[in-house]
Amino acid sequence: MSTQTGPAPTRIVGQPLRRKEDLRIITGQARWTDNLAVPGLLHMAIARSPMAHARITRADVSATLEQPGVVAAFTGADLAGEYGSLPTAWHVSDDLIVPDHLPVATREVRYLGDAVAVVVAENAYQAADALDAVGTDYEHLPPVIDMETALDDAAALVHADKGTNRAFTWGFTAGDYEAAKGRADTVVSRRFLQQRVMPAAMEPRAVMAEPVPATQEFTLWSSTQVPHFVRILMSTMCGIPEHKLRVIAPDVGGAFGGKLNVYAEEAIALAVARRLGRPVKWTASRGEDFQATTHGRDMIQDIEIAATRDGRVLGLKVALTSDMGAYLQLLTPAVPLLGRYVYPGIYKFEGHDFFCQGVFTTKTPTDSYRGAGRPEATFAIERIMDELAAELGMDPLELRQRNWIRHSEFPYTTISGLTYDSGHYEAATERATELFDYDGLRREQAERRQRQDRAQLGIGVSTYTEMASLAPSRWFGEHGYSAGGWETATVRLLPTGRVEAIVGTSPHGQGHVTTFSQIVADAMGVPFDDVDILHGDTEVAAWGLDTYGSRSLVLGGTAVAEAAQKVVTAARRVAGHLLEASPDDLEFADGRFSVRGDPDAAADIRDVAVAAFTAHDLPRGADPVLTAEATFDPDAFSYPHGTHLCAAERDTRTGFVKIRSYVAVDDVGRAVNPMIVEGQIHGGVAQGLAQALYEQAVYDGGGNLVTGSLVDYLVPPAADVPPYVTDRTETPATTNPLGAKGAGEAGTIASTPAVVNAVVDALRPYGVTDVPMPCTPERVWRAIHGGDQ
Amino acid sequence: MVLRYQEGSVVLIRTTVDGVPHEEDVAPRLLLVHYLRGSLGRTGTVIGCDTSNCGACTVLLDGLSVKSCTVLAIQADGSDITTVQGLADGGLHPVQKAFRENHALQCGYCTAGMIMSAVDLLLENPDPSQQQVRDGLEGNLCRCTGYHNIVKAVRAAAADLRATAAVPPQAAPPGHPEEPGRDRPEDSIMRDIESSGPDATLSSDQPRPGERYRS
Repeated sequence: MSTQTGPAPTRIVGQPLRRKEDLRIITGQARWTDNLAVPGLLHMAIARSPMAHARITRADVSATLEQPGVVAAFTGADLAGEYGSLPTAWHVSDDLIVPDHLPVATREVRYLGDAVAVVVAENAYQAADALDAVGTDYEHLPPVIDMETALDDAAALVHADKGTNRAFTWGFTAGDYEAAKGRADTVVSRRFLQQRVMPAAMEPRAVMAEPVPATQEFTLWSSTQVPHFVRILMSTMCGIPEHKLRVIAPDVGGAFGGKLNVYAEEAIALAVARRLGRPVKWTASRGEDFQATTHGRDMIQDIEIAATRDGRVLGLKVALTSDMGAYLQLLTPAVPLLGRYVYPGIYKFEGHDFFCQGVFTTKTPTDSYRGAGRPEATFAIERIMDELAAELGMDPLELRQRNWIRHSEFPYTTISGLTYDSGHYEAATERATELFDYDGLRREQAERRQRQDRAQLGIGVSTYTEMASLAPSRWFGEHGYSAGGWETATVRLLPTGRVEAIVGTSPHGQGHVTTFSQIVADAMGVPFDDVDILHGDTEVAAWGLDTYGSRSLVLGGTAVAEAAQKVVTAARRVAGHLLEASPDDLEFADGRFSVRGDPDAAADIRDVAVAAFTAHDLPRGADPVLTAEATFDPDAFSYPHGTHLCAAERDTRTGFVKIRSYVAVDDVGRAVNPMIVEGQIHGGVAQGLAQALYEQAVYDGGGNLVTGSLVDYLVPPAADVPPYVTDRTETPATTNPLGAKGAGEAGTIASTPAVVNAVVDALRPYGVTDVPMPCTPERVWRAIHGGDQ
Repeated sequence: MVLRYQEGSVVLIRTTVDGVPHEEDVAPRLLLVHYLRGSLGRTGTVIGCDTSNCGACTVLLDGLSVKSCTVLAIQADGSDITTVQGLADGGLHPVQKAFRENHALQCGYCTAGMIMSAVDLLLENPDPSQQQVRDGLEGNLCRCTGYHNIVKAVRAAAADLRATAAVPPQAAPPGHPEEPGRDRPEDSIMRDIESSGPDATLSSDQPRPGERYRS
């Protein structure tokens, strides 16, 4: 029996270990979908509608077929028998209208970028060239751009057969808002505009489909965050039996919700591969990606808050109008629903009215974008808290302190019906104000105002919370979602003592391989480097519900930990047999089973692995295969929270805003890898800040996406974002055994209101009460000088 | 507009890519990035946009960083090209090492271009301040990291490169003592205003210190 070499493993959960993922990436050896090729590969290009709304009067690909290198070309009608409608998985209300949505339009196009024909050629240049030869005639139909006028009786219709542009309505009431308002001394109302933004993952979407014509089996590689969703839904949509379809998400270059979908191009690639019996690949250009990948946000928020004069909030009323775009994609109507629950934020209200309606317009469909509904909600509540503070002449932090749920009050059920299990707003805020020098900056602000400096200082506060680790299957079912929310993992102890864990989550930058390895290494007492994590291939990870909604660590990590525990339990039985002791008398620590009271009688888990594998001497009935599966489905969400503080300097002459300092103190519960958590916060803050200051997807009156490239759509470079000061408080979640809460969306949710609050705070002396996002220099200048926004 | 492809119209080019000589007939319109990825299978260099904004395709062309989506393969005739795959012979270049050490990548799609731009930046300025790193990497977009750790990594690599260079420490250019992530005078808009004269604006059109233009 060999003995363990090297130092005994120590506990590594909680350590900032460097990522296993990095080595391949920094040396250029990642496997992005567009890097992949199989023998006989053809290249696919998609002809897209150049207008927002039109009837297709002619679609003709006969000339296309004559172009050099072209192998095949298809109109929408040619492919219509290959698949059904693209699905919507979340039926948020009984009155929800779900329009037909064919991957390639046959009669009508409804947004700029809607697919109208498909060209397949020997190489990508030839496919792109041949698009010019696609013959399409259109008869203009009126574009539907503004989501409010779209609801007028006389408005042109996006889907004429539906008789309305209203996609759904639903409302919600808790307590008595009108009574609360009646008791209030102050009522503040605002209209906030959540501009349309684009996820803009750096890797444009790409898809490759390979058929086995003889057996009608297919492999689909897709730059997706949800390979399991894609498998099930493509199987149904394209009539490919599920067991004949393998979906692989290789290395995926960012997603942010933009790849949380089941897309037309996936269905088209499968249809074309089936039709031709040959593999095909499609890779979006950036311009195409901006048109054909879902957009985010795009809501009008009317919000009203009622409070006493001493700053106690009583009631909250919210009316949302949410732009669906032209069709409902996978989760389009659910985005405002996910926000609904967190409008009250961390505050205690007595009455709450909520109403939401979805509207069809002739624009790219919206769907999840980092935070999905919760950033919008958090923006609204955190902005109006600052407005209320200004109205009452109170410090915005002081107002929050008077109203937030105190640490001693957890668990606390909010007015919208969520039970927050844990939190410590006092601790996070205290740490943030200390790092920020809140009082010092307030003094400086007063001095600058006094002196009427050209540079004015604004301080923005955001004490956010969110509902994360989107899971409880029961909750999903109660709310009209078609899928469950559990997560699963399989852990196997290999004959050489190495460990593989197969997970149902599907990372695209979050570092699951590293984080999950840490969990397994601790649970099994094996070295971190001896663990590998397999994911993103439905043939390897048959089960899973993928990565979105800050769910992977809380759900997938718990499943990994529990599966590893089960393997240890199975190994314990073998170890007991080897050591001639009852398994119950064994202690397990640092990868060694030892007989209680006799530490010299011990077996390394790696020796147990060999003994099990050879199976020469196993207890009767023991399994030689040391593998175990575990599934986790929590009873409740987790609730990350934190306090973000932003100081913005504003040049009164030009309107230019510069972030002077940004402090983020987040409580994401227990951190498995604090380095990765910090990175998630950094990136999230930058993305939320970009919405506040730079980004907007703009459509003109004709429905043209004017910000159709990275020239016009301002994803900020390094010079346009500040350094961040980050810290964490750690109040463990009680709803999962890891105590984790999820960190993927927190930064984005927190930062947008912090930044806009800072911009508006800098303009308060001018009587400014809002600057619409993005707060460009022009808009800030106009706010100061009283011009139209 | 897509240039019309002329069948049979090709040009012979000779390049050295990551130390390996190549000789190949290419279409005149073939982009360097497609030559690297398609013709040579060097897929470590990736494409993130079609307007030269994102920098994901950055490589060194005769030692200078270029966006390989904006260079024709025929323009690279006779050139020596270094991609992220050939940056270090077997091991890791200090910039690669620093990216890993400082968690300067998440999804990693921008990383190849970001590393190549950083290598060029450090050739030009071996001891950049935080702001100079930010300005110097303005042609590269990252959607995941918020840049904080990229800036940290580049400055760590700079220190590493200076330490291993044959320059005695006292002869090295003065360092920048600021601690990453803390606000410093250079973050203040007041500093910009004060240094720009009474009527100057803070227009972002003005070249920033360290900003470089290259065709």
